[in-house]
Amino acid sequence: MSTLEIRDLQVSVKLPEGDLKPILAGVNLTVKAGETHAIMGPNGSGKSTLAYSIAGHPKYEITSGSVLLDGENVLSMSVDERARAGLFLAMQYPVEVPGVSVANFLRTAKTAIDGEAPKLRTWAGELKSAMERLHMDPAFAQRNVNEGFSGGEKKRHEIMQLELLQPKIAILDETDSGLDIDALRVVSEGVNRVRATGEAGLLLITHYTRILRYITPDFVHVFVGGRIVEEGGPELAEKLEAEGYERYLAGAGPAKA
Amino acid sequence: MTGTLAAPPKTKSQALRSYDVADFPALTGLEEEWRFTPLKRLRGLTGQVTAGATPQIGYTDLPAGVTVSTADKGDPRIGSVLVPFDRISALAYGGFAEAALVTVAAEAVLDRPAVVRITSDDAGTPSFGHTFIEVGRFAEATLVVEQTGSVTLADNVEVTVADGAKLTLVTVADWAPDAVQVQHLKVKLGRDAKVTHIQVSLGGDLVRQFTSVEYTGRGGEAELYGLYFADAGQHLEHRQLVDHSVPDCRSYVGYRGALQGEGAHTVWVGDVLIQVQATGTDTYEINRNLVLSDGARADSVPNLEIETGEVAGAGHASATGRFDDEQLFYLMARGIPEGEARKLVVRGFFAELINKIPVEELRDRLGDAIESRLQKVGA
Repeated sequence: MSTLEIRDLQVSVKLPEGDLKPILAGVNLTVKAGETHAIMGPNGSGKSTLAYSIAGHPKYEITSGSVLLDGENVLSMSVDERARAGLFLAMQYPVEVPGVSVANFLRTAKTAIDGEAPKLRTWAGELKSAMERLHMDPAFAQRNVNEGFSGGEKKRHEIMQLELLQPKIAILDETDSGLDIDALRVVSEGVNRVRATGEAGLLLITHYTRILRYITPDFVHVFVGGRIVEEGGPELAEKLEAEGYERYLAGAGPAKA
Repeated sequence: MTGTLAAPPKTKSQALRSYDVADFPALTGLEEEWRFTPLKRLRGLTGQVTAGATPQIGYTDLPAGVTVSTADKGDPRIGSVLVPFDRISALAYGGFAEAALVTVAAEAVLDRPAVVRITSDDAGTPSFGHTFIEVGRFAEATLVVEQTGSVTLADNVEVTVADGAKLTLVTVADWAPDAVQVQHLKVKLGRDAKVTHIQVSLGGDLVRQFTSVEYTGRGGEAELYGLYFADAGQHLEHRQLVDHSVPDCRSYVGYRGALQGEGAHTVWVGDVLIQVQATGTDTYEINRNLVLSDGARADSVPNLEIETGEVAGAGHASATGRFDDEQLFYLMARGIPEGEARKLVVRGFFAELINKIPVEELRDRLGDAIESRLQKVGA
């Protein structure tokens, strides 16, 4: 069973002038396979920085702390090595890749993650049923990655990758943002299927509690000013729904992402 | 949008034209048309040189309806489409011994592409080439012209597409690394005639290709696509002149290039002229460059000169950018190693143009050629 351990993680964003601006002020969090964690916080609290720095985005610099996946130092790995080690990031704003078809992209990614090309005999069927589960038209396979996709289509495409690539730990960065209620349901069902396997640890990053009506987290962490300020069970999400983040914001640090 | 300046000649269409090299002054490099070209690397093509060998044309198994032969300068067709408008073009016209002639019979609809290869192998001596391509009325043809070898070559290519005919012309300049080529290609379109030209430039030390289009009747359509990849030290230059002199014709110019390595230099200058009588013209031109490393330089100059307001559409765009790190991050975050991710992005950048080529074998070969270029620098 896999474990992601984040210890005293401090991260700065690299500004265009070369300066560093501190965002994360020491994050401690352990996510185990089979667990679903929700990280909730107001805009600018550093939630996305946590997601992208774990995935290895070059915009961020780790100034202190460690991230271990099953004891292996994630922070010394390149972006692709992290993914092959079993980390997955569903992005808030998936990137368009003109001229590269979804089918080609997914096969290339699957080959990279598994270390061998998927079997021709079964791959087409696997891809087709993954698309059907997320209510995606088969024609999507021939479209260019994320090019001209609606917001909902992009998010369904992210969750389809989550299902196909079968990571050990998945971070979902505001997967619920910009989705209408039907798309939110389809996407949540996809996440719940992954959860039901019991083999992946999930870290849901969200601003709203809406998605938590469809995916009930085991743990809720309130994220303010670049650190976790309160932790609890699903009942904490309900409290946030009723009270908002105001009571945490007084005296919080200046972090902005 | 309009680029009408008060300097003579008033428009590109009024530039000096002559078959005689003596009518053109020697090049200094200060001329607007030559300011991007490193004349020193033209290896004598700027001077008054004596001709070397004429390039050889070769082919195997042509489809029915196509004939390949040769013609001498006395043939009335030679020079009927292209009148040289610069010194090197005139030099080539004066210097070639025998023209290659490719004919598609009227009303012939080819069942497969015709492929001809034009080769020469003596970079030490300048050579001069001339190719004449004629497509008869209502014919439909795909023609691939591949140029390979080690050359110092100036050549002219005349293309005439008769009324109602459709030609897809793929020209591939896949030269040896030391090759120098200055080419002028001109297409003359009949009424309702259509040409789709895909110009591919990969090899060579210096390659400068000038493509121009003339319309002679309404309904003419020209799509000019270009794909180039310049490595360290290579100079690849593409110029077009689309002269809308007839009403209700269409043109689209789309060139894409990638550059990598110290001293890689590409030039794209797209001139589109809509003359006062050419009402109902619909034209768009775009150039995109992908700069893959430091030390490379892409010049990109769209010129649109419009003399009538009654057009269906007229626009241009140019964009030169570096590799998109966010695309790279997205692909790598899915486990794809950096080198492979770069290959995917660059192949994707060219995919739209490569897919215009109706010859699978050539599409695959170009895709592989681009990938091996990327591998060379360990990208």
